Amino acid sequence: MIPVLRAFAARVTGLAISTFARFMTAPRAIWQGIEPVPRQRVYYANHTSNGDFVLLWTALPTPLRRQTRPVAALDYWLTSPLRAFIGREVFNAVLIDRRPEARTEDPVAQMAAALDQGASLIIFPEGQRNSSDADLLPFKSGLYHLAKVRPGIDLVPVWIANLNRVMPKGEIIPVPLICTLTFGAPLRIDPEETKDAFLARATEALLALKAAA
Amino acid sequence: MTSPHLLWLLAGVGTILVLASIIGEVLRARLSPAGESPVIENLNARINAWWVMVICLALAFIAGKPGVVLLFALCSFAALREFLTLTTHNRADHWSLVACFFLILPLQYWFLATDWYGMYSIFIPVYAFLLLPVASALRGSTQNFLVRVSETQWALMICIYCASHVPALLYLQIPGFEGRNVILIAYLIFVVQLSDVLQYVWGKLIGRTRVAPNLSPSKTWEGLIGGALSATAIGTALYWMTPFSPLEAAGMCLLITLMGFSGGLVMSAIKRDRGIKDWGHLIAGHGGFLDRLDSVIFAAPIFFHVTRWFWSTT
Repeated sequence: MIPVLRAFAARVTGLAISTFARFMTAPRAIWQGIEPVPRQRVYYANHTSNGDFVLLWTALPTPLRRQTRPVAALDYWLTSPLRAFIGREVFNAVLIDRRPEARTEDPVAQMAAALDQGASLIIFPEGQRNSSDADLLPFKSGLYHLAKVRPGIDLVPVWIANLNRVMPKGEIIPVPLICTLTFGAPLRIDPEETKDAFLARATEALLALKAAA
Repeated sequence: MTSPHLLWLLAGVGTILVLASIIGEVLRARLSPAGESPVIENLNARINAWWVMVICLALAFIAGKPGVVLLFALCSFAALREFLTLTTHNRADHWSLVACFFLILPLQYWFLATDWYGMYSIFIPVYAFLLLPVASALRGSTQNFLVRVSETQWALMICIYCASHVPALLYLQIPGFEGRNVILIAYLIFVVQLSDVLQYVWGKLIGRTRVAPNLSPSKTWEGLIGGALSATAIGTALYWMTPFSPLEAAGMCLLITLMGFSGGLVMSAIKRDRGIKDWGHLIAGHGGFLDRLDSVIFAAPIFFHVTRWFWSTT
């Protein structure tokens, strides 16, 4: 009985969160060079706000959303029972530990395992929220290692525009403004490609969407 | 709230939409069976969106004053969200922007719902105008200060103040017209939107001379004159459901169709300056709320004040 109730509560909470996100941002998804079809993918996006993955999750059409799991920091999402409920049960997040010294599981292996189960992923390759003036922080190597172990997967860049104006860092109440999510043509790693070359190419592909939006 | 005249008007609009839907579907079957013509797809999307808009409006009319006030408060919210997305502001304006949505907007519609004319007619032009920049100034950022506060004030005037004058028509007291004020709203929206549609049709048929070539390729003098005159003719023919005589109705229709045209023109200038085609994307085929409401927003306050001055006892 209890698991059924929890699952129901998770669905209702998910619906409430995405309704709130729609109310505040009327998110507009622009599919540019890629179609919104239910194919397995890794969506990678810029990260300026805690709401980024909620918005990306909300902007996906329902059949795609059902199979998509955000990759999130365990050290953030397991700090309170409410966060743990939202992270684990509402969004079915793949929780990874960002602290190399503390972790027991390899994040790349966790992401690969989720892909092997058929899920699509949402990841933020900058590894942390960007509150600088630069468009993007340098990518961490996670995206590269994931592409290396699962080279057949489509990596889809997603530029999220305006969400940092809805909820600037340090503010409590968001301002309703329209946010745009631009989905770009998918990338795959070339077997010969070095880490730096691949990460540079992935960064460029994401920045190109900002210019287009 | 419903009156036989309102039902007639809604039935008329329903008939027009049924005809439009049939024509749209026939065109699609003949010319664009697999969706290959963007013009026909857009036409059908527009007609479908009109159905939704007319049904929402009809439901609000049935729900009475609270329904109409709520509907326009929501339209103001969506319009403001579109407008402020494109204005200049920085982090120091965060609390001003929060106040626009969650304080000023509900207050304006609250004053309206309580029929406090003395307050809702000056609240935004005086109180918001003076106090909102203080909230931004206290945060200390002076960069582009005048641009920031002016654009925010403009957003408030257009999206909240002017738009709220549509439901304000419900609170006029016109002798001999008691209980039928909702007709004024239906009439205003019908004539202005009909004029928009007819300007588009006349422009497509015989449009040659552009009114403002730098601003909008689709606004022509032929379209304007043809659309305004034909909408005025139809509006005049409906004088019997309004408090106006035929001549007065013609004058009113001319006034609101010209204001409606001006609204489209001014809002196009803003869009052109910001490098966008549409204000938003929520109304399929039309763009955003502001794309559909720009003409009504410009016509409503003038229609309200002229009607109030000459016909209302309040």
